[in-house]
Amino acid sequence: MPAALAKSGGLFLAMVVALVAMAQAQDTAFAIHMAIMALAALIAALAVIATADVNARLGHDESVYDDAPIRWGVIATTFWGVVGLLAGLFIALQLAYPVLNFNLEYTTFGRLRPLHTSAVIFAFGGNALLCTSFFVVQRTCRARLAFPGLARFVFWGYQLFIVLAATGYLLGVTEAKEYAEPEWYVDLWLTVVWVSYLIVFGGTVIKRREPHIYVANWFYLAFIITVAMLHLINNLSLPVSLVGAKSYSAFAGVQDALTQWWYGHNAVGFFLTAGFLAMMYYFVPKQAERPVYSYRLSIIHFWSLIFLYIWAGPHHLHYTALPDWAQSLGMVFSIMLWMPSWGGMINGLMTLNGAWDKIRTDPIIRMMVLALAFYGMSTFEGPMMSIKSVNSLSHYTDWTIGHVHSGALGWNGMITFACMYYLAPRLWNRQRLYSLRLINWHFWLATGGIVFYTASMWVAGITQGLMWREYGADGYLVNSFAETVAAIHPMFLLRAFGGLLYLSGALVFAWNIAMTIAGRIRAEAPMTETPYDARADRPLPDPASAPASAPGALQPAE
Amino acid sequence: MASHPQTPPKEGFSHRTLERNITLLGLCSLVAVAIGGIVEIAPLFWVDSTIEKVEGVRPYTPLELAGRNIYMREGCYVCHSQMVRPFKDEVERYGHYSLAAESMYDHPFQWGSKRTGPDLARVGGRYSDEWHKEHLKDPRAVVPESIMPPYAFLAEKPLNAGDMAAHLKALRAVGVPYTDKDIAAANADLSLQATADADASDLQARFPKAQARDFDGNPAMVSELDALIAYLQMLGTLVDFKAAQAQEQPK
Repeated sequence: MPAALAKSGGLFLAMVVALVAMAQAQDTAFAIHMAIMALAALIAALAVIATADVNARLGHDESVYDDAPIRWGVIATTFWGVVGLLAGLFIALQLAYPVLNFNLEYTTFGRLRPLHTSAVIFAFGGNALLCTSFFVVQRTCRARLAFPGLARFVFWGYQLFIVLAATGYLLGVTEAKEYAEPEWYVDLWLTVVWVSYLIVFGGTVIKRREPHIYVANWFYLAFIITVAMLHLINNLSLPVSLVGAKSYSAFAGVQDALTQWWYGHNAVGFFLTAGFLAMMYYFVPKQAERPVYSYRLSIIHFWSLIFLYIWAGPHHLHYTALPDWAQSLGMVFSIMLWMPSWGGMINGLMTLNGAWDKIRTDPIIRMMVLALAFYGMSTFEGPMMSIKSVNSLSHYTDWTIGHVHSGALGWNGMITFACMYYLAPRLWNRQRLYSLRLINWHFWLATGGIVFYTASMWVAGITQGLMWREYGADGYLVNSFAETVAAIHPMFLLRAFGGLLYLSGALVFAWNIAMTIAGRIRAEAPMTETPYDARADRPLPDPASAPASAPGALQPAE
Repeated sequence: MASHPQTPPKEGFSHRTLERNITLLGLCSLVAVAIGGIVEIAPLFWVDSTIEKVEGVRPYTPLELAGRNIYMREGCYVCHSQMVRPFKDEVERYGHYSLAAESMYDHPFQWGSKRTGPDLARVGGRYSDEWHKEHLKDPRAVVPESIMPPYAFLAEKPLNAGDMAAHLKALRAVGVPYTDKDIAAANADLSLQATADADASDLQARFPKAQARDFDGNPAMVSELDALIAYLQMLGTLVDFKAAQAQEQPK
């Protein structure tokens, strides 16, 4: 009880500090953010008081895993997934029909695009990583989560980060560095949350009952450490005022550019790859009920992946004012990166050795295999696009957007959905998912969506890239920029259609998860039938005693 | 799940050591991921040839800086690059390829990664103020194929940039060479540069090639549109590329 009092007292103090900062704020956006912070502190304080005697009575039961934050994480992943995809569909439609910008400052493409990217990467992907890592680390260490209070802080603190980032984008609070847009105070908040995450994760590994640290945890650990390093360095900036939103990056021009893409590429490499490979390394073997294909391959591909990935950033800056040596280094390492990436894909796919029939019978396995296939495809396409001569055509065009989405929708999306399907019945102690047949619907809607999305963006990107560099017989450029925009309008429509399909799949997913949580089980025919025909399942009659057969009936041959 | 080999550890190093010690595993991972960044990024800060010595590049005036902050706020970088690559078609379409020196005072850089709209590195002076005003208000009124969002609200919002002296001080702290006089005059410079027929000689002495006029054509107030157009109209105008034209003499 005294601990709860001290905690809620501290939270009230935090609320007062936030309110003072709000009163002193230099700009409206900062004031709104401090009000949100104060509100969050108030809610947390009230929650601490309300649950104080419950927590004191229950204590911590070390004989079961701590799954409450994981359950919240599954719900948050589902919720933010739908929000992020909806935002994506909306901005895709804005590009096709600019009237959808509504002539309002809060709803322009420029402000909504970071909302979409952050919602899918950090809110959907981030929550998936948080909750799966808490699930996996407990199971593979055979130990209950260390620091349960801190784990809850990580979950709710991360949601607060998402809310601050998202409202900031709408209000125009941004550092204008892609995928690192939140301003300095939101960055600081995320740093606190992230260090807590490392402590909870590392603490649980330390109290493990298994001698070995399982391979999934290597990937989670590398992801947490590297994201901390990237986040801290890329966001170094100097606030204009301690009670204002605006800050200026510590780096300028070319140095800032490479720091940003060192960060940006490794947000892909560690947030969206290493972390999600960790998910793969636990959930694919569990769902397939097979051991990981190769232990040696996992060692080789882990170390080569994390070492090589970090070098690949300069391929985002080919032919820019970045020195050539850095561009070439980035290209070479990007091409080398192909191998460890495929090492991970092979280790995942070959885990199905001896269980390939499950692709037909188990829709969750099918989804995992599709995810790994897209991982393989986009990690081939990426190194190819990092070759300077290819990049000279693809860069600045929608080809890049298509590439990103084949990775994000195909790999990150599908593996996340598969993991959530795995988790939901287990976390809520249900007999099975609400419906396996709906997973099939989800699978085909999503697959169709990705095909429309990536194909239309390839066509749009290559069309525009070629039109920009097209010369006529007279030696002049053929196309004005505006003509190249008009030319890809049909592709923008097809892309939005692909996004609609993918979003529909995600809605089916959300419905399935919600019904599973509600404890409902859909009455449906099973996914596979065991063929049985009672009439055929009997001995053949004796031909001699057979009744005189009708004309034309088959007679046994003499 | 993973089939760990059950053979006893061999002499010398074995990966088992790392698999049993999270501190060691974490430290080795940190070393592995730190190397690439150190080798690629750190030299950019001390290799002199990274940023060419070029005449004419100067810090932004307070009004240009306020305009640049609006450019960032609205996410213009999401669709517009500011980095002309050294290809014939790009140089003919946008102008001389971009130099590292041209963004040496850009905190942060705004090179961009996508051209949903055209590159803006050299848009300065290419269109009239009036064109920018109409285009930002309703892009399709001047470019029918455009898919850019309308920014009509910029003309109606008075420029509320805060204390520009504090902005310049913060930038000086991260390496932009603003003088004490620039900082002292920051707030006055801000409105002066957006006023028609003001005496801008002092401003132009400290910020060569600074353009001072009523950019949005509305003398009643200094609007956000004034600042944004002032920024757009100076982009790419500082370096005189005529001085760097063909050097080989005809024989």
